[in-house]
Amino acid sequence: MLPSGQTLPECLAERGVSRRAFLNFCGVMAATLALPASYRTQIAEALATVDRPVLIWRQFQDCAGNSESILRSPHPDVAEIVLETLAWNYHELIMAGSGAQAEAMSTQAVRDLKGKYIAVIEGAIPTGTGYCTIGGRSALDIAREVAGNAKVTLAVGACAWDGGLVQHGPTAGQGVQDVVPGASVVNLGGCPHNPANTVAVLVYYLTFGEMPELDQYNRPLFAYGDLIHDQCERRAYYDAGLFVEAWGDEGHRKGYCLYKMGCKGPSATYNCPEVRWNDGTSWPVEAGHNCIGCAAPEFWSSMSPFYSRLPNVPGFGADTTAETLGLAVIGGTAALMAVHAGGKFVQARVGGGRDGVDRPADANAGAEPLGEQAPAAQLPAVDSPATEGRTAEAPTTDGDPGTEERSETGGSLDEDQD
Amino acid sequence: MTKIKIDPVTRIEGHLRIEAEVSGGKVTEAWASGTMFRGIEKIVEGKDAREAWIWAQRICGVCTTVHAIASVRAVEDAIGATPPPNAELVRNLIAGSQLVHDHVIHFYHLHALDWVDVVSALKANPAKASQLAQSLSDYPNSSRTYFQAVIGRLKPLAASGQLSLFASGYWGHPAYRLTPEENLIAVAHYLDALEWQRDVIRIHAVLGGKNPHPQTFVVGGMATSLDLNSPQAVNAERITFLRERIATMRTFIEQVYIPDVLLVASAYPEWTSIGGGTKNFLTYGGYGSGPIGDTASYLFPRGIIQDLDLTTVLPLDPANITEQVARSWYSYEGGDQAALHPYNGETNASYTGPEPPYQWLYTDREYSWLKAPRYDGQVMEVGPLARALVAYAAGVPAVKQSVDATLKKLGAKPAALYSTLGRVAARALESEIVMSRLEGWLDQLERNLNSGDTRIADTAKWAHSSWPQSARGFGPHEVPRGSLGHWVEIQNGLISRYQAVVPTTWNASPRDAQGQPGPYEQALVGTPVADPSRPLELLRTVHSFDPCLACAVHVLDAAHAGQRTTVSVEPT
Repeated sequence: MLPSGQTLPECLAERGVSRRAFLNFCGVMAATLALPASYRTQIAEALATVDRPVLIWRQFQDCAGNSESILRSPHPDVAEIVLETLAWNYHELIMAGSGAQAEAMSTQAVRDLKGKYIAVIEGAIPTGTGYCTIGGRSALDIAREVAGNAKVTLAVGACAWDGGLVQHGPTAGQGVQDVVPGASVVNLGGCPHNPANTVAVLVYYLTFGEMPELDQYNRPLFAYGDLIHDQCERRAYYDAGLFVEAWGDEGHRKGYCLYKMGCKGPSATYNCPEVRWNDGTSWPVEAGHNCIGCAAPEFWSSMSPFYSRLPNVPGFGADTTAETLGLAVIGGTAALMAVHAGGKFVQARVGGGRDGVDRPADANAGAEPLGEQAPAAQLPAVDSPATEGRTAEAPTTDGDPGTEERSETGGSLDEDQD
Repeated sequence: MTKIKIDPVTRIEGHLRIEAEVSGGKVTEAWASGTMFRGIEKIVEGKDAREAWIWAQRICGVCTTVHAIASVRAVEDAIGATPPPNAELVRNLIAGSQLVHDHVIHFYHLHALDWVDVVSALKANPAKASQLAQSLSDYPNSSRTYFQAVIGRLKPLAASGQLSLFASGYWGHPAYRLTPEENLIAVAHYLDALEWQRDVIRIHAVLGGKNPHPQTFVVGGMATSLDLNSPQAVNAERITFLRERIATMRTFIEQVYIPDVLLVASAYPEWTSIGGGTKNFLTYGGYGSGPIGDTASYLFPRGIIQDLDLTTVLPLDPANITEQVARSWYSYEGGDQAALHPYNGETNASYTGPEPPYQWLYTDREYSWLKAPRYDGQVMEVGPLARALVAYAAGVPAVKQSVDATLKKLGAKPAALYSTLGRVAARALESEIVMSRLEGWLDQLERNLNSGDTRIADTAKWAHSSWPQSARGFGPHEVPRGSLGHWVEIQNGLISRYQAVVPTTWNASPRDAQGQPGPYEQALVGTPVADPSRPLELLRTVHSFDPCLACAVHVLDAAHAGQRTTVSVEPT
């Protein structure tokens, strides 16, 4: 219930948002989350009675790109209000107060709402002295306090997830899960994160009281479970062997495959082609540039050089699958690919303490790409993103059922596009 | 004498700390400190220079795209690539819409709450607010019902005691002076601007794939697919979409942003004589109709104003730009008193500040992660005000007319520009000027495509084999916050040295080896402080510069060319 005593739909009606528009929004959320359409009502009911949890958004070694991205959140009328159903009490980029008045908002939440508020972390966190201080306190100190006492922490963007490009610099800034090991962290990688996914995660959380199903990197499967290549509107050109050879050539104008320009779509997962950006307007491949794999683990090292084509491809066309392409890529990417070849698997929830609520049994069903049926037991053992990222040789996927099935059905994926 | 600190300064990009001494109700001395360092750019060393822009763009996500543009220009300058006219037009459309978008966000979401009391808006009479709004402009959102709905939206927040982002404001501060109705209009436009910015920036999604961090730049041009008849390119339908967004931009600038800036300026006239600071202004100029080298075609001319002398625009030579670190947390190999040109720049982090948690910085020694850029040894302000003053002094008709008309409306003299509100006004005026060019650039692009010119990149310079073995280049760009420059050195296609000198580094710079304070530090002196525990007035002047600290601590240094990152994918 909202503070005014109104339900959210009533509150929305007052602001000119119809019940129907609200339900549409809930439908979009259900679709983004890959939930069956029937969950629309459940989401609507839950949001109508939600009790405004406090949200603390902290920025550390960041560029504020993830903050800006949330400002571009789609479905503005309703999403904004859904966000208003949170008490968005701290966010350096846009909050009213400065200095001591600002810091009090963060410390109050930690003190009075321990284990009850939501934390969002943007930017990497350095462990060396003096590299990042706010209010005279170190980022590490603040991160431990804010993420360590939150009910759940969303790490938005590559830097907060695994250190992003900051980890490669002299300060070696790290992701929040590495410097606050006890925190319940959900990683929303990407450079920046796509606000459609982050809003969907918040909606899911407000609806079901827990986080959606996560992968081995603690990323929500609905957003990070599928290869970009498999969802790409240019995939048919890849299968037909039609490629852009130079910027502005005929193939580029006609929307041919960008693989030869260095596209990392075959080795990266994200729902970028599906939800697109800026209220579904476009995404980099549609606009004409190759994917740089910005939602992949440690993408600044695993995906650069960004204009070099993925090597060792045994010929172009329908006989080449995303999996064989991916295997040729080094280290982290190859290991990641193996995971995908083996099918989507689901691992533990974040942290502890949220086991009381049952997930919808088929919560992930809608997100299953074609042909990924392999059971989780066949997956390679992976201890942590760090160890996986440094795997020198990719586990083989020879004979993996997922590989075969997907290669047979890959060409039909375009049917899933809007 | 009281010493105060503001840390963090919020409603900016990044982490900024201000320390100030207050005596007799006024600031007598101030120190600006950037308190975050990434050094991310050290790692561009050894990278393919064609992808430098992808890394450099991550310097900032608020002024997103601007580092990408400066970066590709620097590499193009080095290797002699010439982007075709279509690429320049697409870049102008992206850069121009970014500038306007950024200025509006700055005014409403980063700056307005220094002038507008949100809680006071709750007391407004919606009918009176409607009357006032309709007297200010033709903006359709001006009915009593509309303002009633805004109050309805705020009231539950206030009633719950959970004001969300507004919770920590200085509401009721004696320095707030707008009437409840004026406050309500501004708060309503704050909310409208949130929606507006989401919509108009879809220009970047069409031309760049996404925003923040558009992804269609390439060295030598753009990677934007352009073809009026192709369903998979920026085609006739997409051009119409862009045209609609530009129209939306125009409506908001003319009917909301400009009238609101005038409203604030009229209510706070004394702020046209507070916050001046340094009297030197620098701009690289830009937004021309031809290639970047064609400085004669620039909408905003290149040049320098010295000692506020508007009768003379001095020529600017990038060779006179240096950076100092005497009061910064860096060391130079040749001694910290040196002043180095970006081509010889060094970045050796050396934190000598207090161990956190700390109460005060050592402001008598090193106290910031920003370097101190100087032109010919002098402190320079960069930004919309610098652009306006240089263009005004140079007699650029569009700028002169616009500035004169605004001054007349406010009953002010040109000297009023040299102030906190002068920066706010300059930002609004240039938004209107740049916005009015967007449509022309789009028309020209459409004409080119119609005539069969679909060239978008200088593909002859794509392969490394077409590049000189070693080269260096300079990439200038006038960005929302001022003059941005990237300097790059390339060996065998890979970056061997990279430096950027960024607007906020100029403006928020600490003192230099000669002890000269930077522009923020100078501008804050004389600022009134009614209540040292709620230093609202300081924020007005600091925010008038639109600080961007992630940009400012740039450290785009790749001085150690011997090291190469091991790459695992074979270069083409």
